[in-house]
Amino acid sequence: MNRHILSVLVENQSGVLSRISGLFSRRGYNIDSLAVGETEDPTVSRMTIVVQGDDYILEQIKKQLNKLIDVIKIISLAPNVSVFRELVLVKVSATEKNRASITEIVSIFRASIIDVSNSTLTVELTGDQEKIQAFLELMRPYGIKELVRTGLSALQRGDTQISQTVTE
Amino acid sequence: MKAADAIVKCLQKENVEIVFGYPGGAVLPLYESLRSSSIKHILVRQEQAAVHSASGYARSLGRVGVAIGTSGPGATNLITGIATAYMDSIPMVVFTGQVSTELMGRDVFQEVDITGATEPFIKHSYLVKDATQIPRIIKEAFHLASTGRPGPVLIDVPKDVQNDRLDYVYPQDVSIRGYKPTVQGHMGQIKRAIRKLRNSKRPLICVGGGILRSKAQEELANFVTKAKIPVVHTLMGIGALPVDHPYYFGMVGSHGFAHANRAVSQSDLLVVIGARVADRATAGPGLFAKNAEIIHIDIDPAEIGKNLGTLIPTVGDAKNILQQLIKGITSLATDQWVQNLREIKDSQKDVLFEDRVGVNPKVILKTLGGILEDTAIVTADVGQNQIWAARNFPVTGKRQLLTSGGLGTMGYSLPAAVGAKIACPDYQVVAVVGDGGFQMSMFELGTMAQNGLPLVILLFNNSRLGMVRELQNDGYGECFGIDLTGNPDFIKLVGAYGFSGIRVHNDDQFADAMKTGLAATKPFLVECIVDPKESTL
Repeated sequence: MNRHILSVLVENQSGVLSRISGLFSRRGYNIDSLAVGETEDPTVSRMTIVVQGDDYILEQIKKQLNKLIDVIKIISLAPNVSVFRELVLVKVSATEKNRASITEIVSIFRASIIDVSNSTLTVELTGDQEKIQAFLELMRPYGIKELVRTGLSALQRGDTQISQTVTE
Repeated sequence: MKAADAIVKCLQKENVEIVFGYPGGAVLPLYESLRSSSIKHILVRQEQAAVHSASGYARSLGRVGVAIGTSGPGATNLITGIATAYMDSIPMVVFTGQVSTELMGRDVFQEVDITGATEPFIKHSYLVKDATQIPRIIKEAFHLASTGRPGPVLIDVPKDVQNDRLDYVYPQDVSIRGYKPTVQGHMGQIKRAIRKLRNSKRPLICVGGGILRSKAQEELANFVTKAKIPVVHTLMGIGALPVDHPYYFGMVGSHGFAHANRAVSQSDLLVVIGARVADRATAGPGLFAKNAEIIHIDIDPAEIGKNLGTLIPTVGDAKNILQQLIKGITSLATDQWVQNLREIKDSQKDVLFEDRVGVNPKVILKTLGGILEDTAIVTADVGQNQIWAARNFPVTGKRQLLTSGGLGTMGYSLPAAVGAKIACPDYQVVAVVGDGGFQMSMFELGTMAQNGLPLVILLFNNSRLGMVRELQNDGYGECFGIDLTGNPDFIKLVGAYGFSGIRVHNDDQFADAMKTGLAATKPFLVECIVDPKESTL
């Protein structure tokens, strides 16, 4: 089972997300994350879908997605030629004693504190999944009260655009 | 123009002459527009039959069928028909009424999310929120239903949208950026396939419904005659090659013929055309054609590599690719291989069952083959009657056999026959059905009577769900939940609808009864009494 990142252009219409998520659930494909939003063309949305599966599953996912009329284009993003980012918001317990050490870790990771209370800090961090994982490991001992992640977003490196990329 | 009028105009632009439907509150504006139009409306007795009839219509004519239902329960009743059409790739546009847009999402009377409910088994669907989009949507729907791999498309129109106004212009062209089916086969792949065929010793072709959808029967016959390659087929591939063709070797699969399955397992190169070869055609993933390399030709790229490991995938329209293959192929040295297959085929014996009470259904269907014209359309239901028909009714000439192959929907035969008879009034139409399936759609006797459709229902009555009985006997030793005691007197039942029937107790009585039925000017029932212990194969 390998992790694959698909970048999918779809019509920006209601019902599209349901068609895609329904396809994954009824065919038993495992989805790690799905991030979606409008693109430079407001009639098109772009989804970044992280899936688990062997080559057979990956091929089936791409073919079944392609069968959906609302799906315009699908490419696989290889790690060596792509950039990946995810945003995470984490609300961590903070006391007067440990607040400084948390702040130190936050600055090492170039994260930022976006909300403070007597007993918590809310931290925003952007990065690839390894960086986020490492950060969360360091936060865990302090007590993570809440965590929310956007799922991975990704683009190809350099001047390559999805519209010019030939689908394999 | 009123949107409902525009829908009718668009249908006329798509050359729709007949729609099958059932009205209700949420489609009243559309029905009002249909009332004053040239389009003929066939009132079915339950919405599922509207879709099956549209399917029978579409398959027999090779055109797009149209079905209409109202919102809520009307829409949910359509679902089985839609799933049936989807699994067999039948081109169809289905309209549903929907509650008014300002009421949607409030769980009001007869509201159901039908685009959501049908999503897993429909080619595409539209929920129309803006009346001005109707011409584009209908143009797209007919295009989607009938091109690429055909299938059902749903258009859900809220009642207030049907009453809105728009400037009617029917678009000339369709442009859907996410939908560009590959029709032309890749020349490189076709050349590879031809090279592979030349080097094979035991080539075999296995065809499915794709040949029929692509109207490639003639090309298939020309190709196999020129190349001298034997042909087997799936249930959906019945009619792709006439049974009296010298290279015809029968149906594969769990209910197919042993000699056809033997051909598949002995072949060294299998060319699959327009078939997904699902579990009923194979013995399970990885067990089909174990000794063969596979060339898979299909219009749907997602079918290639799904059920079969494929050496040469070729995406495209079967007709188009067969034309290319005919050009490139020469006669292959297959005489010995074909001779072997003929010997195996000729050595097969029917299962013996002598002390039966009633008719031998296999003999009946062979006899039917001798009676019907070369253009006859036979529909078959699901269960033993389907397999009896598939194995024994000879599809020769331009005959067609229409049945629910993918979903296996009981109750398909009668409404599909209605659709076929309306589509092809000059052709003989016979609906083969068991007593279980008959009662799942027997309300359609009303539709047949109302429209005076001279079709023949060939009912095999064993007062049981025969195939389930057989599976239970073989698998569990005992039977449960299959006894249809309480069946009506079917001759009296059709009599109540104003048409007659003959009950047949033995094989000798059948031909006369069927000829009487075919000569009748109204629907006619030929009821054959079948021994409950009769086997499928």
